[in-house]
Amino acid sequence: MSKKQTNRIAVDIGGTFTDVVLDSAAGKSSIKLLTTHQAPADAVLAAIHVLLEKAALKPAEIETIIHGTTLAANTIIERRGAHTALLVTEGHRDALETGYENRFDQYDLNIVKPAPLVARRFRWPVQERMSADGKVLLQLDESNLDEIINKIQENNIESVAVGFLHSYSNPQHEQRVAEILHAALPDLCISQSSEVSPQIREYDRLSTTVANAYIQPLMAGYLRELEQKLEKDGLNCPLLLVMSTGGLTTADIAARFPVRLVESGPAGGAILAADIARQANIDQVISFDMGGTTAKLCLINKGEAQHANAFEIDRLYRFTRGSGLPLSIPTIEMVEIGAGGGSIAHLDELQRLRVGPRSAGSQPGPACYAQGGTQATVSDADLLLGRIDPAGFASGQLELSTVAAEQAIHEHIAKALNLDLASAAAGISEVVDEAMSNAARVHAVESGQNIAERTLVAFGGAAPLHAARLAEKLGINTVIIPFNAGVGSAAGFLLAPISFELNRSQVVRLSELTASNIVEIVDEMKQQATSLVKQAINDEKLQTSMKATMRYCGQGHEVEAAIKIDHLRDASSLRKVFEDQYGKLYGRLIGGVEIEIVTLVVNVSEIRKIKQSNKTKIQSTEADVEQKRKIVINQGKDTIDVPCYSRDNLLAGKVFVGPALILEEQTTTVVPVGMHVEIDEQLHIVMQSKKSL
Amino acid sequence: MNANERELDFIERQVMWDRLLAIVEEQAQTIIRTAFSSAVREAGDVSAGVFDIDGRMLAQAVTGTPGHVNAMAQSVNHFIDRFPINEMQGGDVYITNDPWLATGHLHDFTAVTPCFHKNKIVALFASTCHVVDIGGRGFGADAREVFEEGLSVPISRLVSAGVFNETLLEIIRANVREPLLLEGDLYSLIACNQRGSTRLCAMLDEFNLESLQALADWIIKQSWAGMSKAISALPDGEFHHQIQIDGYDTALTLAATLTINADHISVDLSGTSPASSFGINVPLPYSTAYLCYGIRCLVGAAIPNNAGSLKAISVTAPTACLLNAQRPAPVSARGSIGHLLPDLIFGCLHQVIPEQVPAESASCIWGPMLYGSRQGEPFSLVNAHAGGMGARPGLDGLSATGFPSGVRCTPVEVTESVSAIVVWRKELLCDSGGAGEFRGGLGQIMEYGHIDDEAFTLSAMFERVSNPAVGRSGGQSGAPGKLYTSAGSTLNSKGKQLIPAGEHLILEMPGGGGIGMVNKRNKTLILEEIKDGLISREAAGSSYGISSSDLD
Repeated sequence: MSKKQTNRIAVDIGGTFTDVVLDSAAGKSSIKLLTTHQAPADAVLAAIHVLLEKAALKPAEIETIIHGTTLAANTIIERRGAHTALLVTEGHRDALETGYENRFDQYDLNIVKPAPLVARRFRWPVQERMSADGKVLLQLDESNLDEIINKIQENNIESVAVGFLHSYSNPQHEQRVAEILHAALPDLCISQSSEVSPQIREYDRLSTTVANAYIQPLMAGYLRELEQKLEKDGLNCPLLLVMSTGGLTTADIAARFPVRLVESGPAGGAILAADIARQANIDQVISFDMGGTTAKLCLINKGEAQHANAFEIDRLYRFTRGSGLPLSIPTIEMVEIGAGGGSIAHLDELQRLRVGPRSAGSQPGPACYAQGGTQATVSDADLLLGRIDPAGFASGQLELSTVAAEQAIHEHIAKALNLDLASAAAGISEVVDEAMSNAARVHAVESGQNIAERTLVAFGGAAPLHAARLAEKLGINTVIIPFNAGVGSAAGFLLAPISFELNRSQVVRLSELTASNIVEIVDEMKQQATSLVKQAINDEKLQTSMKATMRYCGQGHEVEAAIKIDHLRDASSLRKVFEDQYGKLYGRLIGGVEIEIVTLVVNVSEIRKIKQSNKTKIQSTEADVEQKRKIVINQGKDTIDVPCYSRDNLLAGKVFVGPALILEEQTTTVVPVGMHVEIDEQLHIVMQSKKSL
Repeated sequence: MNANERELDFIERQVMWDRLLAIVEEQAQTIIRTAFSSAVREAGDVSAGVFDIDGRMLAQAVTGTPGHVNAMAQSVNHFIDRFPINEMQGGDVYITNDPWLATGHLHDFTAVTPCFHKNKIVALFASTCHVVDIGGRGFGADAREVFEEGLSVPISRLVSAGVFNETLLEIIRANVREPLLLEGDLYSLIACNQRGSTRLCAMLDEFNLESLQALADWIIKQSWAGMSKAISALPDGEFHHQIQIDGYDTALTLAATLTINADHISVDLSGTSPASSFGINVPLPYSTAYLCYGIRCLVGAAIPNNAGSLKAISVTAPTACLLNAQRPAPVSARGSIGHLLPDLIFGCLHQVIPEQVPAESASCIWGPMLYGSRQGEPFSLVNAHAGGMGARPGLDGLSATGFPSGVRCTPVEVTESVSAIVVWRKELLCDSGGAGEFRGGLGQIMEYGHIDDEAFTLSAMFERVSNPAVGRSGGQSGAPGKLYTSAGSTLNSKGKQLIPAGEHLILEMPGGGGIGMVNKRNKTLILEEIKDGLISREAAGSSYGISSSDLD
């Protein structure tokens, strides 16, 4: 699969900015324009033309456009979707609303749950019923569909979700209803739960299907419009969309399953980190993306970002689990907490210092921006600790005010705790680092993974300032700050493979494995995923990977393990796969208890192109110190002079030992005392602690 | 300077407190992921905490059940009484399921593991989970003595320096219906305490500490000071309240007097009915837990649970009353009564801070325990489902949402995939929310059948059938609960009963009480709720006085 250097474009439409990157023989160039919310395609086209002109390329010379976006997510968060109805099994009108019947905060009596995307009056029952094993308990009564068709028209419903009980087990009734509706109303968007998310647990499946239906008219319309505009401007190349898994798919499939695009934006960073892990041959990585409002962490194993079968969108209440809408689709799994440069520090009723999850955002921003913000934030603390150059922030576009930062930290933190400014600032930094490390540890347990001995890959404006301390808290010895990490998600998009992942609930006990039709089911899933991938690429060889989630019968949570098709033909080998994984996580195996498969995951993907890294050993040379700055260390107790290096001048092979600061346009990397730094051949900063050397 | 004695600075104390809270959360997640009992994995009926070597609780995970809030905290002291700290060894694990020494019924096992750092004991980790089965009659309200409710394991050493007490394990296995799964649940408790210990040792290494004492003293002092401040803001006085409840066979009274004295709250339960002859009695540690939880929702809610914050509240009760049942009273279904205690204490607090207190809720979990078989294979099913929560001042009550219990329900599809039960109906129950300016949460209706229309058995442990959730400040009561068969036979709210072949079990779960006068309710909201089928046109007329001409 020899590939010549192609001209490719990556597009990332965010809530505020549209980033476009052009990757051509001449290298990468990028541009950032304000997102045009009325017609998002406009900013995309404008940006592409600027880049083409600069690179002296014609539209016809572009071979692929790769597109990720937060449009799908924002449509849900801002509740701007279509008039949607939901057809349910009679007797189960409220599954979408009652959910798990619990409160996401034990001690807050005044919580408000998120409103379902379809109000009760638009949730309509249909007489039918399947059993858990897919047998028909009640025949589908087609006679009341006429009335439903009338109601769809009367209420100007644009999109319908069909979600019947146990349809993951037998989709016939859903399919028949979709057929009848489509015949009567050819323009109606229809989402079937057995297609969108064929997984057991009705609330999660319905929530996912309804979300798909809710955003489908808008996303399909946008994608159509974008394709037309691209074509009109001579950009006839394939348009590929980034899904939440970090895989690429065609615009047609994206328009059918727009819910799969919801985590498309943040996936870019994880793809970037996974690529670094693959190239450097690092088995276990944790990526750490810290921006203005939130920090996102993602576990990466053997070059693959960890996938989950579900996540929550639109968490009200400061990222509290359970306060959002569940979406059961394959996704890169990330834990997100309210900890960023703009996170506000405050004291709670026990006079404990807390940071976030409230953020000063970019407007008014941290106090040091001097744009009207008066609250003390993480960026204010970083400034007072000497980690940020007040003159050089955000490429020098913004002069930071040390006085304003001092005032804010004094007023809100230092005065009440009777601390000096340096200690208070150090406290803010330490508390936010602790919050991130605790979130990382709990996330690792929840996903059955270990965290120490990983390599931390840090990007995003605030991450390099905090990465070394976070690593220390997690027992991590090596930190990598990628080259050009500021370009963000769009750079990651260029590395994404064309792929499709399918999940299906299929509960099978190992004792019944060989008698079951599980091999046929997996084959069917593989064929389906393959045909979806082949819509985007033709004659490429594809790779298939499989996972199964398994547990001891009677447990409520599963352990995920990579499997091969042969494991499904031999129960004892599958048992061993499970026991290895279980033992690694929880130590003791439970003898004599049956094991069952719960979910099958099949991923079909084009084969990754691994860049040949430069094998010749580069010469290590001492880096040149360009200036000295004062920074505060030891929890605010000491101030020392540290050497500063300019990242632009740090060539491959340069080495030095911390303490030091590495300055670049979008961020600063803090190198603690004694940490060893080497610039590798990709120009990534590699920091290693004393222990590991 | 000896690290053991050095002063901790403010950042260290704060960071380590946060860390302890994260460690116990990790401990709880470990058990939720490995336990076999559906009460644990679906409902989060677990508890996990870390204690200093004086038995003072320093941090506790926030899990699905407040019933363990300080029941587990007290329990650790009983363990230390039985096995003094200086006799504990690394690799030991102690267990009990004694209802009076732990968390109120035999189904809950508590495990305690000493944590050794540099060969010195530095802390204790404790965890509790509701196990699959404990033998006896099975989970239900029908026993006349605790001996009928299953095996009781006194505080014992299950693991001694890493070696299992096989005799004890064999006795346990021989007495329960699912010996392998129960053993799995015990392993789960051991694994979660082990996880906590590993993390704590790493923290002590990171901060170069040899003991937790300085940190423990600070956490307890700060928390107690926070609670004292919150209580001091309330007026002193004695506030009495009592409520009627259904009981097993006859109505019972729960009574409380809440006394605010400067920075301390005490609750006395005099006036409460005597213990019942059936298994709905509540041991005092469990009563205390739900009373404390109710108070802590309204006073100092953001302060974490630990020996300091819990010191600010004390509970007393006459011996042998329903809420301080004595051995050998039966206690298996103590939750059905215990869950009403926040409503009891809210009645007292409403006299102190009326503008903050919600109306009464359905409160008791309407989780039917169902037994039966299909083609010779038996099944037993514990489901947790909820009626409506009471209206909150300024907010409608949450519909079909558990309170005070924080359990999650089991999805219908999961229920049907592990049993022969078909849930034919699960929907919000129109008109069940108590009317008022702020409406009580709606209850729900659920209809259960056997997939082959065979007979099956219900073990009922429900409340609020004869005594619905009461409203406040002019708000009306929520709809009472009902249970009956599809043929129309009324069933009792407690005890084992047969659902005959061909019939369905129907549960109408109670609604929450309303708050405020009905004529103050926003009329547009009423019209919208009619469109959504949450209230009927008739009820809009009878409860809210909206004439039918206004509705068109």
